[in-house]
Amino acid sequence: MSLKKVHDEQPKEFKFSNENLKKAEEILKKYPEKNKKSAVMPFLYLAQRQNNNWIPLAAMKYIANFLSMPYISVYEVATFYTMYNLAPVGKHFIQVCTTTPCLIRGADKIVKLCKEKISSKENELSKSGNCSWMEVECLGACVSAPMIQINDDYYEDLDEKSANDILDSLIKDKPLKPGSYRGRTNTSPEKKQNINGENHA
Amino acid sequence: MLKKEDKIFKNLYNEFGWEIENSIKRDDWKDTKNIISKGRDWIISEIKASELRGRGGAGFSTGLKWSFAPKEVGSRPHYLVINADESEPGTCKDRDILRFEPQKLIEGCLIAGFAVNAHVCYIYIRGEYFNEGKRLQVAIDQAYEKGFLGKNACSSGWDFDIHIHYGAGAYICGEETALLESIEGNKGQPRLKPPFPALVGLYGCPTIVNNVETIAVVPTILRRGGKWFASIGKPKNTGTKIFCISGNVNSPCNVEEEMGIPLKELIEKHAGGVIGGWDNLQAVIPGGSSMPLLSKKICDTITMDFDALIENKSGLGTAGIVVINKDQDIISCMARIARFYKHESCGQCTPCREGAGWMWRILDRVEKRKATFSDIDLLSDVTKQIEGHTICAFGEGSAWPVQGLLRHFRKEIESRCREEPLIKKKTNNPYLVDQHLLENKNA
Repeated sequence: MSLKKVHDEQPKEFKFSNENLKKAEEILKKYPEKNKKSAVMPFLYLAQRQNNNWIPLAAMKYIANFLSMPYISVYEVATFYTMYNLAPVGKHFIQVCTTTPCLIRGADKIVKLCKEKISSKENELSKSGNCSWMEVECLGACVSAPMIQINDDYYEDLDEKSANDILDSLIKDKPLKPGSYRGRTNTSPEKKQNINGENHA
Repeated sequence: MLKKEDKIFKNLYNEFGWEIENSIKRDDWKDTKNIISKGRDWIISEIKASELRGRGGAGFSTGLKWSFAPKEVGSRPHYLVINADESEPGTCKDRDILRFEPQKLIEGCLIAGFAVNAHVCYIYIRGEYFNEGKRLQVAIDQAYEKGFLGKNACSSGWDFDIHIHYGAGAYICGEETALLESIEGNKGQPRLKPPFPALVGLYGCPTIVNNVETIAVVPTILRRGGKWFASIGKPKNTGTKIFCISGNVNSPCNVEEEMGIPLKELIEKHAGGVIGGWDNLQAVIPGGSSMPLLSKKICDTITMDFDALIENKSGLGTAGIVVINKDQDIISCMARIARFYKHESCGQCTPCREGAGWMWRILDRVEKRKATFSDIDLLSDVTKQIEGHTICAFGEGSAWPVQGLLRHFRKEIESRCREEPLIKKKTNNPYLVDQHLLENKNA
């Protein structure tokens, strides 16, 4: 189980923006009317995106009212799932996968780089104030190991040098492109001529 | 070796484009109306004839699962739920289907939905796959535009809607009942079975939960016939399967192959061989991190299918193959997996919640050579205490890899457990257990 702490300084109020209210209406249409509660997870995502990638307690209360469910149930959901940030994170939020398939291809070197370049501790803002990083469990791109996720995007097939370049670019606020950093097409084998030969598929 | 024309996922690497026009060129949505008009019973019997087994890990017969859904819709609607919460370490096949073959999945959803009397389908995608989910939504919208979904979907007379629901980073939500809890807006904690979801599932209604890959192969099976699918692979382990080969290989990749292909052939032909040569192989995790690892001796001859792996006290699981060569410390690899399970346990059942952390701490001690000899038996005992004593299969999933390590690498562990028990050292330590972890904030 992951331990999550609620941030000390909480804003007093939270409301969905008009744009998000429209999105919320759309989301509610997906679920049966008497099961409005299902929308709690997408609503928390909306709140998180609206509030600089973290969810204040006020937003949980607002969502609880919106869906007429107990506040504690919203709190339960927000604390159970690891992708809801309950404290501020950097504008560039770096998640380094360190589970075994990434580990054996050198994820620990990326963690070391993050410690050097961003901050010595996880979930702490960098000196430049725009990055933070954390170790996460398997992100589901094991054949492209080691990899990191920055906000929504996957950066795959990294090594020390490319990870270094990516982190530098984030600190300068000019993020590089996501995708494979060994220039291969998605998850295909790299030496194609051997695999897609004439005799077999 | 799988023949090129027998490949189901021709666009696995996005060489031909994922948009609906391109996938129609690859025969998606061909004769769908015709297939549906043959009726429910024909679809289910054809899937049974194909001997398709679920690709999500348990390997349960898909046709049989569908036949558990009530034949007539009563007062409660039926639901179809697609499990795209792919979080098993070593597995990344569903991601490529969502990105590059979304129409196969969507067409499969329509057919499966019709077969189990469902008008609504939810696709539960893990939250990290945000871009993949966006792509799938575009693909769903394209299908609506073409009239393949919605009212009178594909002019079959069946109304069908698909909605995407994002998870938020909980591995346990890949367990089907936890997934349903999560869609209902609760914490993802598994339910007791029975009742099975086929009778009491989402919102208390009959629900069929299938993996992405299982559903995505259905249209092709029905177009080419169950017999064709059953002719590939081995008896009772039929068809094709996407294998994800990661770890210490020269070119890690996803590849579609026939079931029952020898592991050695798979690694050497598709993944460019083990780094440092086959003799440098130490162990292989054959089916995602929950499955016990195999020693090199077994890897020499093993074939990749459900039954052969069960015989060797492992399992095919999700077919996420993690290759570990001799340059790696096997104990630290497995300790990291134990840490994964400690982090992901939902906390509902005590044996799993406490045991997962316990196993990690012992393995961590072994890795740092601070364990005592009696820790080995303790570790083995803990795994046995977890296994079979939990609501869902997460307990087994966390205990089996450690049991596999004990089975194949006991000597290695023993050679590292040379520490005197703390109690004999007569130090004034207030804690006798897990001393060295005190500085470690993850403990």
